[in-house]
Parts: sequence; C-alpha cells; structure tokens
Amino acid sequence: MQAGRCWQCEKPAENNLFCKFCNSLQRPLTDYYTFFGLEHKLNLDNADLQRRFYQLSKLLHPDHYTRRAQRERDYSLEATAILNDGYRILRDPVKRAEYILAEQGFEGGEQRTKDVPPELLEEVFELNMALEELVSGDASVRPQLEEARGRFRRMQREVDDRLGALYTQWDETKQRESLEEVRGELNRRKYIENLITEVEKALAA
Amino acid sequence: MGTFQIDFGNAGKQRVVGIDLGTTNSLVAYMDVTAPKVIPGEDGEPLVPSVVSLTGDGEIIVGNPALQALITHPDRTIYSVKRLMGRGIDDVAEELKLFPFRVAGSGESVLKLSLGEKIFSPPEISAFILRQLKRNAEAALGEEVRQAVITVPAYFNDAQRQATKDAGRIAGLEVLRLVNEPTAAALAYGLDKRRDGVVAVYDFGGGTFDISILRLQEGIFEVLATGGDTHLGGDDIDNLLLKIGLEDIESEWKQDLSGNGEAVQTLRRAVIRAKHELSTMPAVTIQFDYAGRQYRRELTRAVFEQLIQPTIERTLAPCRQCMSDAGLEPEQIDEVVLVGGSTRIPLVRASVERLFRAKPHTELNPDQVVALGAAVQAGILSGEVQDKLLLDVTPLSLGIETMGGLVSKILHRNSTIPASATEVFTTAVEGQTNVLIHVLQGEREMVKDCRSLARFDLKGIDPAPAGLARIEVRFLIDANGILNVSARDIRAGKEQSIEVKPSYGLTDDQVEAMILESIDKAQDDFQERQLREARVEADAILAAVEKARQHDAYFDLEEDDRGLITRALNELLVVYHGSDHMLVRAKIDQLNHATMKLAETMMNTAVNQALKGTKI
Repeated sequence: MQAGRCWQCEKPAENNLFCKFCNSLQRPLTDYYTFFGLEHKLNLDNADLQRRFYQLSKLLHPDHYTRRAQRERDYSLEATAILNDGYRILRDPVKRAEYILAEQGFEGGEQRTKDVPPELLEEVFELNMALEELVSGDASVRPQLEEARGRFRRMQREVDDRLGALYTQWDETKQRESLEEVRGELNRRKYIENLITEVEKALAA
Repeated sequence: MGTFQIDFGNAGKQRVVGIDLGTTNSLVAYMDVTAPKVIPGEDGEPLVPSVVSLTGDGEIIVGNPALQALITHPDRTIYSVKRLMGRGIDDVAEELKLFPFRVAGSGESVLKLSLGEKIFSPPEISAFILRQLKRNAEAALGEEVRQAVITVPAYFNDAQRQATKDAGRIAGLEVLRLVNEPTAAALAYGLDKRRDGVVAVYDFGGGTFDISILRLQEGIFEVLATGGDTHLGGDDIDNLLLKIGLEDIESEWKQDLSGNGEAVQTLRRAVIRAKHELSTMPAVTIQFDYAGRQYRRELTRAVFEQLIQPTIERTLAPCRQCMSDAGLEPEQIDEVVLVGGSTRIPLVRASVERLFRAKPHTELNPDQVVALGAAVQAGILSGEVQDKLLLDVTPLSLGIETMGGLVSKILHRNSTIPASATEVFTTAVEGQTNVLIHVLQGEREMVKDCRSLARFDLKGIDPAPAGLARIEVRFLIDANGILNVSARDIRAGKEQSIEVKPSYGLTDDQVEAMILESIDKAQDDFQERQLREARVEADAILAAVEKARQHDAYFDLEEDDRGLITRALNELLVVYHGSDHMLVRAKIDQLNHATMKLAETMMNTAVNQALKGTKI
C-alpha cells in the first residue's frame, strides 16, 4: 500500500506500524521482510527471527486490543495474521526462498523436468516398479527401497549444501542468475522430497 | 497509548470471567487481583454439573438439582451435551447408542434435542449452563457480568467452536475469546515464572482428550503443536463398566435393563462411584439396588486397569504425533501437566510418566485448572494481567475442494493463529456469475474424509469470458480458531459479496432468533434477582419495624421521630412493588436511618431489663 496518512490523527503515517504522532496502530504492510524489520536476505538467523516474532506479538496481538476502537482491533487481527504467516514462511529456508522468488517475479509452482537430475529420471521408472511390487505384497523389494531412500536423502543433503552456498551468493550479489539457480535447486529438492515421501509411505504400510 | 483511548480507570472496566464449559462439569472463575479464583454455585460447590433438566412446571434447572432429576426424570434431563456441539445427525449415531439423547429431528444443518415437551439445539442447552454460571458469578461479584472467555477442547473444529460461541451469545454473554483447554491449564500453572522451557499438557476430561506442547519464553506461551480426540474421555470408561454391569444383571436377573432410563442412570452413578474409588483403593464393590433387587460386583484395580488399557492407549498415539509435529523427542519435554478428572486414574498417570519420561504436575486440582486458566486469559484481555501472552495454533488443516473430490490444503494444522491464506479463483465458463467454494477441515486428502465447514458462494461476478475473472478470497482464522472469509474482485477492485452456508451449526439468523427468544429472561435476569434480593431485605426490615412499633420505646419517641419512621415506611412500601432494586435499597437505608433512635432506645431498654434481672 502507498504511504498514506494516519487514520486517527491524519498526520503522515510513513508506512510505520504505529503512527509516530498518536501511536495508533496502522493498517499493516504485507511484505514479510519489511514487517519484521529485516533486509531481504535468503540467510536468516532463526534465533533473531524468533526474538522479533515474540516482540512484535507482544505489540500487536488482538489480546491487547480488546478495549480499543474497532478499527484498531481489526488492524491488530490483520497485523497479527501477517506476523504469524510471515514467521511461518521466514523461519523455513525453503518457503523463505520461494517467497523471495515470487517477490522477484519468478513464476512458481510448475514442475520443470529440466531441473530434475538426469540420473534420477532413469531411476524413477525402476522405483515405481518396486513400489508397486511392495504394495501388492512382495516384501523382497524392501531392501531395495530402503537403499533408494538412503540415496535420495543423501541427494537432498547435497542439494541443501548447494542451496546454502547459493543463498550466500544472492545475499551478497543480489544477482538474478543466483536466484535462477536457487529455483532449479528448489525444484530438484521438491522432486526428491516427493520420492522420499512415496517410498516412506510404501515402507510404512 | 492512542489519543482515542480513554482510560476510565477501574470503575469503567467491565469484568471478564473465565468459564470452563465441560462435558461433565462446568466452572466459572475470575481474576482476584493477582490470582484466579473459582466462584462456587448457589449450593457452595465449585463444580456445576453440566446437566440441564426441565421440571414439570416448565422451569429449567441446572447443575446439582438437575443431577438429581437425571435419576428421577431421565426423560426430562440432558447431560454431556458438549458431545453434540457443532455436530450433525450423521456424526452422532455412535453417541446415540450410548447416551440417552432424544433427537427431535435435524433441520438442514442443526441437530435438535427434546427435553420433556420442549425442543432445543445443543447450543441452547449449553446456554442454560452458561446462564447459571453467569448468575453464580453475578451473585458472588455483586455486579452484572456480560463478557467471558470460554474454554474449548484444543481439538474442537470450526463448527464446534462456533456452536460454543453461539451458546455464549444465547446466554447473554459476549464471548471475548475461546481458549483451548490445555493452553488455559498451562496459563493457570504459571510455569513461565519458574523457567523457560517446553511443557506438555495432557488433558483427559469427561468427554474429550487433548494434548498440547508449548514453549514458554519471556512470558510468551507459544503452542508448538496440538492434537487429540474430541470423542474420548471418562465417559468412555463409564460406558465400559456400564456395559459389564448391564450384561451381569441380564444373566443374573434374567432382565434386560438397557432400555430403562432410570435403571441405567442409577447403574451409571454406581459405576462412576466405583471408578472414582478405584483411584485410591485396590478394590471396590459396584453396588446397585433397583426395584427391590440387589446387584453387587467386586472390581479390583488390576481388572479395571486391564479393562481401560485400550482406552488409555488411544490417548498415547496423539501424544506421539504431537511430539513429532513439534519436532521434539520425549527428552526435550521439561514439564508435564495433567488436566481433567480422568487423570486421577493411577494407570493414566503412570502411562503419561512413562511416555514423556517426566513426573507430571498435579499440584492444581485437575477439575479446576482449566477454569483458573480461563480467568487468567480473561485478565489478559481486560488488561489486569500484563506479563503473559498466549500464542495458540489451529488444530486442523484448512482446505478447499478441488477437482475430483480432492482437498487442497491452504493452511496447515499447528499454524499459529490468527493465520491467513489467500487464493485466487476464476470462472470456468463464459458468462459465469458465481463461484462456489467448498471449505473443509481435516488432514485427509479426499473431501469425503474431511469435515465440511461451509460452502461460500461468490455472487455477482461481472460476466466475462471463461478464466478472465479474478476473485481473490482471503481465509482468516481468528484468535478463537474460527474461520472468516472475505473476497475481492481484483479486476473491478471491489469487495465481492459472499453467501455462507455453514455445513453444521446455526446460521446467524437462527442464533439471533434464539437470543430474542431468551432475551427477556437473560437481560432481566440480573435486574430481577437484584430486585428479589432487595425485597427479601425489605421484608425483613418491614417485619422488624412493624414489631418495634408495638414496643413501649416507640411511644417514648418524639412525635417528629415517629413521623420520620412512618414516612420512610410508607415510601418503602410504595417502591417495594416497583421494578427498581436501587430505589428499594435506598428506601431501606432511609428506613434504617429513621429507626436508628428507636433501635437505640429499644436496645437500652433491653439492657436495663437484663441488668434488673441480674443479681449483683
């Protein structure tokens, strides 16, 4: 939203959470980083984030606005929802990166096969057969699936390592190419994660 | 803070009470300066049994008197109604086998029960209990009570929460907040004062089971995860014992009593007593006398424990899931708190201790701890308690129906509330002017396995080619765990109208109608009681003055003083039949004042007479 005036005292609100003239709660901003008072970075210190979350909760929570004007009560609910939504996104390194990607205009959602490791594509066909056999009661494929799970987990850790390096790279350079790479790794990660979930589901059944 | 805010001081502050609306018992508590306190009922008992009965005169009675009526008039009495809150006829088929609820029919969305010759919805029955608690609080505090915090099982879904809120409204209470029972218990324990850490609250009540895991830090109670079963409680244990008793009796007496309401209620009481005694004794005898016959059965704790083991096991699975959701191992749980009457059972305590590897807290009365916590939350809302803040979560994931009967999750369970999610909807065919959104709650993937919350109809969309419309729908779960939906037409840049059809529960209009129905009573209740009490007081002083006027001392008074008394007496009689209790009290005071000299003289005479009769 554009910088407007305080709804209460009508002095310039300058996008602050509270009007610096009359201290009434303003309609909250929706950018999570700005809301938490943080720079747009992919690497975040989770302990610091939690501190900010607690501090802002104490300031904004609807519990502290029950005796206020309806408008402030509404803004408090609004602001706390944004705070909680933001905390949920920002404390998770994957969701955080997806948030930045969306903010930087990357289309999200679609599975792009070019991001999937080629060696995996070969394996998936074989994996699906083993999964089917296990579901139909053939326990002999169990060790094969357990081994596959171990391999996928290793791959996931490798992806995470690469992501860590890319996060730092983007934080320092803010170059679009780094984000491009981040998106590729995230898609790979998601693909591997789905495979692990499927294997685990079959093994647990 | 803001210029708009006016500090009225204490005088202008409304009292907020905390209410535990339980399956078996209900309680009301308030913040007494620094500590929460339970307010006892008319009979002096802190627990008000959640039982409602309709007398032959058409009067509603609640609590212990209704508990008596449960035996004498089971067909005019309802208990454990919490099990039916926010539920549809299909949900309760199982309950109906075990509980003598008399379903009077089910309209489109709401279940109705018959109580004697009258018909009520579960929120209306609960409202009777709430009104009784409101009355108890008003009598104890000497002021009208209009705002409350009410506790609900953490695992209650949207419809069950909404039904509880409706019950409050029908009872004439503004429900400022619904608080989850286990979280309330954590507040009551004030564990934050001791140290920062992780606490598990195991809440095993009469009809529901909840588990919550919280992180306490700097006065913030952050719920990390919650889980439970809204249909698992002490009632289930009673039913196990009841079934054995009925089977025994059938084989011993050659008589099936299961269809006999009065006999079943008497036997239920007997097995509940046995259950309670088994918490402290190694063996008990179930004693049941009916129609001149006797049934006796020895029950050892060992046999009892064997019987209830599977029930207790059912509480442990949600505990394990909850720990995993919170990303914690048992070793990381610093403290365990026990809540609910069923945690008095030694096997329950032992099982919890084994699971969490920590000795559970039992310092606070497990029947009262939730109400005490509700009072603390009430204090937070009214500003009396300033150093605590509760951050709770939604217990169930929120989703919308997509193609093929699948549910697409938009907010996951254990998200801190308030929480929101935004989805953009469009049209599928050219010229389409409305879009139907089906909202569900639950963890499963198929629509049929989740709980339908409501259908939202986005109406009045401008006709356009398919897929061009862009309607942004915002789903917001508020601090009570209740869903609010708003929609905006992005292209037109205007608010979009929504018609809501709740799948279960009362529509706003229905609640309004029920409020109207009960409003005369609810609103006048307080005034009327004040008036009644003032009249009782007036009766006492009128009788005393009448008697005093026969006394010699009265005739010894000055003419003026006698005149003052007569005038005050007449004025009291005039206002006595009015409706203003304040006026009655003022005139009582006036009469008291006018008769002061008379009382003094009478007292002197009495003393003198007494002295005369005393040997010195």
